[in-house]
Amino acid sequence: MTLLSVRNLSVTFDVMPRGAWPWTKPNKLQAVTDVSFDLAAGETLGIVGESGSGKSTLARAIIGTVPAASGEVIWEDTDLTKMSPRDRRAHRRETQMIFQDPLAALNPRMPVGEIIAEPLLTHYPQTSKKEARTKVGEMMERVGLLPNLLNRYPHEFSGGQCQRIGIARALILSPRLIVCDEPVSALDVSVQAQVVNLLKRIQREMGLSMIFIAHDLSVVKHISDRTLVMYLGRQMERADARAIVRHPHHPYTRALIASAPIPDPVREKARHRPVLEGELPSPLDPPSGCVFRTRCPIARPACAEERPPLVEIRPQHVVACPYHDEQEPYQILPAETELA
Amino acid sequence: MTLLDIDNLGVTFDTADGDVHAVNGLSLKINEGESLAIVGESGSGKSQSAFAVMGLLAKNGRATGSVKLDGSETLGLPERKLNRIRAEQIAMIFQDPMTSLNPYLKIGAQMREVLTLHKGMSSKEADAESIQMLDAVRIPDAAGRLNMYPHEFSGGMRQRIMIAISLLCRPRLLIADEPTTALDVTVQAQIMTLLGEIQKEFGTALILITHDLGIVADACERTIVLYGGRVMEQGPTDALFAKPTHPYTLGLLKAVPRLDIDQDELETIPGEPPDMSRLPAGCPFCPRCGFSKPRCSTTQPELRLEGQLRRACHADVAEVAA
Repeated sequence: MTLLSVRNLSVTFDVMPRGAWPWTKPNKLQAVTDVSFDLAAGETLGIVGESGSGKSTLARAIIGTVPAASGEVIWEDTDLTKMSPRDRRAHRRETQMIFQDPLAALNPRMPVGEIIAEPLLTHYPQTSKKEARTKVGEMMERVGLLPNLLNRYPHEFSGGQCQRIGIARALILSPRLIVCDEPVSALDVSVQAQVVNLLKRIQREMGLSMIFIAHDLSVVKHISDRTLVMYLGRQMERADARAIVRHPHHPYTRALIASAPIPDPVREKARHRPVLEGELPSPLDPPSGCVFRTRCPIARPACAEERPPLVEIRPQHVVACPYHDEQEPYQILPAETELA
Repeated sequence: MTLLDIDNLGVTFDTADGDVHAVNGLSLKINEGESLAIVGESGSGKSQSAFAVMGLLAKNGRATGSVKLDGSETLGLPERKLNRIRAEQIAMIFQDPMTSLNPYLKIGAQMREVLTLHKGMSSKEADAESIQMLDAVRIPDAAGRLNMYPHEFSGGMRQRIMIAISLLCRPRLLIADEPTTALDVTVQAQIMTLLGEIQKEFGTALILITHDLGIVADACERTIVLYGGRVMEQGPTDALFAKPTHPYTLGLLKAVPRLDIDQDELETIPGEPPDMSRLPAGCPFCPRCGFSKPRCSTTQPELRLEGQLRRACHADVAEVAA
């Protein structure tokens, strides 16, 4: 069952040119262009891309913290972008967010118990103190924090524990969708695995839908059912999370996979790793046609002319590159290296 | 030939909470042209060891032990002599290139400064040399770049400029402290490739300090794993990744999600990285270790050679590797 349907969503920001007068017309920055996807109940969609790819902006437009320039965000049968601010506010209890820097996301002057209870008391002000306390205790246990730490302040916790507090706060309203924006990037490797496992477990147990944003393709592959690859605000490829790593079709997805290191010297040396030249172009002045063409190894003159549409090449696998099947089939490791 | 010989290096910080031992008994040798990785999580002491070598410790920090460059001691040298070593023998690049470059000065001025000071070059010679070096780190249109300020470059370009500056005096050892952590993966791959090429071209030895096991696998011949300021395990990278013998290395490798393997659940190391001001008397890893024995919390295991690897662990290799 489809919980959330994003249709042709675009987000633009006004940017004042350098040295502009207050009455100068601002430049339009296209942060997200024409993104569409469906998210089923209980499904996890991973969004990967480098900085500037528009992945966080997309998430914010879905949650409603930045306005959409055009397009629809359909939750069950209602278009969230057309909701009145009042209804939209009430709707936020269904969608909660987890942020990258766990310490920055928590109010340093509030004890942890209050931080976790805050969304509950905001959305349901009639909740009794006792009820709130039991609920906070439950949430803390659920994310692996001792409930007796209730009166401590955020600075007394480590990064991993702070992220658990952030998760508890997001869960207390029993939302149906959780949006995680780089939730493990700031954590140490050994703690990152704990939080990833926790998110996966909670998602399963509570039947949540999840949008998981990260720049690290291996984390996204591990946690998601499907993966959406973005570049400069556009969708490049979307497919099953494991399939997209095994059989990537878009040249950018291939480049991302080739750039991500594998912690195994033997396999790493056996691997063909073409390095992508250049850097992300400015979103204020994106290349015409396909935005990836300036760095693309298979770009041709026609790429500059029109934007390639997303084409379904097999069920549940869409690619925005008309020339994808002219490349050699890609393998993450050469055939003679055995895949576990 | 041994270029740098670190023996029993210790770094202690004098803080309000008492002495904090950031690094304990680190010993390593690095030969000309060799590459070595120091891997660890935050607080493992990986950066502080590098700062101690460079004489860059904070005012409340003390280094003990010995650091020998070409056989002569560098710990405790006066600033003037250290300055010569820092540019001409050992150079360092940092995680965030924007904070290492002076935002008020053009790139050309920052490069010229190094060359006029250390090599006694004229401005003209220095500019020619700078352009050559910017070319070497694959910055397009190098001549035009000298007149630009750091903020006019992207993150990847700034890191290339930092690498170019650090190479100006042809150091024999380059210490790179998390050089790609702030960069995107495609740019990270570019910078790592560049570091590899530079090593070949200039014959520079490289110490790569990182938390990312992935980039170590490809870039370095030897690896040292630090935890709580102590060496847990060290040896040839291939052997260390293929058959880790220390519970911490093993745990770290299993905790990383892999692109080439489908895992259902990640194996985790329970608990949190240690509080450096309250380290246990024995092995710093013992509170989180699945193989810990009673004596682990009281006696620090010695670093002993087993096969190709040196490890500091009381548990048997067979037990851990099983």
